Amino acid sequence: MSLGAWLRDRPVWLERAYRATSALFVRLHPLIRRLGYVRSERLILPVEELGKRILFDCRMCGQCILHSTGMTCPMTCPKNLRNGPCGGVRANGHCEVLPEMRCVWVEAFERSLRMETYGREIILIQPPVDRRLEGSSAWINMLTGSDRHPPPGWISASAVLVRDHADL
Amino acid sequence: MTTPRPPVSRLERVLRAGLFAVTAELDPPDSADPQEVYDKALVLSQVCDAINATDASGAHCHMSSVAICALLTRAGYEPVYQVSCRDRNRIAIQGDLLGAAALGVRNVLCLTGDDTSVGDQPEAKRVFDLDSIHLLQTARIMRDEGVFLSGRKLTVPPPLFLGAASNPFAMPYEWRPLRLAKKVAAGAQFIQTQYCFDVPRFRQFMTEVRDLGLNNHVYILVGVGPLRSEKAAEYMRTRVPGVRIPDAIMDRLRKTPRARQREEGKRICIEIIQQVREIDGVCGIHVMAYRQEELVAEIIEEAGLLPRPFRSSARPARPRERRYPRRRSEP
Repeated sequence: MSLGAWLRDRPVWLERAYRATSALFVRLHPLIRRLGYVRSERLILPVEELGKRILFDCRMCGQCILHSTGMTCPMTCPKNLRNGPCGGVRANGHCEVLPEMRCVWVEAFERSLRMETYGREIILIQPPVDRRLEGSSAWINMLTGSDRHPPPGWISASAVLVRDHADL
Repeated sequence: MTTPRPPVSRLERVLRAGLFAVTAELDPPDSADPQEVYDKALVLSQVCDAINATDASGAHCHMSSVAICALLTRAGYEPVYQVSCRDRNRIAIQGDLLGAAALGVRNVLCLTGDDTSVGDQPEAKRVFDLDSIHLLQTARIMRDEGVFLSGRKLTVPPPLFLGAASNPFAMPYEWRPLRLAKKVAAGAQFIQTQYCFDVPRFRQFMTEVRDLGLNNHVYILVGVGPLRSEKAAEYMRTRVPGVRIPDAIMDRLRKTPRARQREEGKRICIEIIQQVREIDGVCGIHVMAYRQEELVAEIIEEAGLLPRPFRSSARPARPRERRYPRRRSEP
């Protein structure tokens, strides 16, 4: 089992690492702003890419929602579902498209149940992907807010009907 | 349903009236001749409230679903326009939704879609720009807010009755009712499920759906279909994504002599219909039978679901004009 796979089965550790890294970037934001986002991205991107690829098999979509999907990258789903899973999950919980792989969303759901802070966010409706952000730094995008711009017409109607947090 | 607007389609009208609805799938032809569509529609229209036009299901291409919808509305039948996200991006999908509404389509079923690899052209590019929940929300936004995803205004929004699929028979089981809740929040008004052969599993799913109160917000139609033979059942079990057939049913078919398997498969289907009809929260059935429209008609009749409601004695020759509401600014 790879290091990444081993760590992914311990979503609480990854969740804590995510929170710590988030806090660090927010702290560094003034410095990053002074350095310039473009220049900062050039420095951060190689490290980010390597680290996230090892840990999450990251596909560098640039709009990371890992913490809302059980610390499991939804872009590793062959259908790129942001609100998965699809109805094609096999009887053994494996992927419709890649039978040797466990369904990304089966794993995401199981792991979200074990997370202490962001587990419930798996119920949120995630907006469509902005393909222009592919290959860019998700951390820089978090600071600039460019990963929080769903399409202008993306108007939500109602919150997801879940009676009680115990439902999750 | 808390929506005050009047029903936009006969299917919605049947469901709102609390009547048990029946929909069926029309298998799209591999032909440029529309007559095949009309022949199948003639059989199906008498036994169901709306006819589903499938969108390259199983990633096998056939006549497109919007074209079949155009042929159906032209002849006065009521289609359900199935849209999958596998082959087209958001720009094409929004354009097709408007076009379908202009052709008289009122029911839309929003699907993610089977993967390209399960079809006969696996070398094709898979699109999946949106998923089914994005698609539902997009259609709802076009209908209720009157804009495209870019925010650009529509002159006349499409009046649509929105549906989605649900598969209570695929993992993770505990997540499926919650994903249904997401679909309802995104705009789903009716659901057609994947084939139901495992009634106890479905009963459990419906218990959880009722616990979440979702049955008060969405109409659920159970997917059913006949197993033509043991071989057909094996094919469905192994090659159609997300279909679960319990061993008990497989054994029942295996024990039946080949000549009587079609009849046994039909009997199993009718039994399942009768069982799911009793479940609280079930509002209808969706009959899927690959290239067997006459069998679909037999099943619906023998399950005691005829006659279908809200039929005029004369079949309309062409779609009625102005089926969408006028905008307030118009005189």
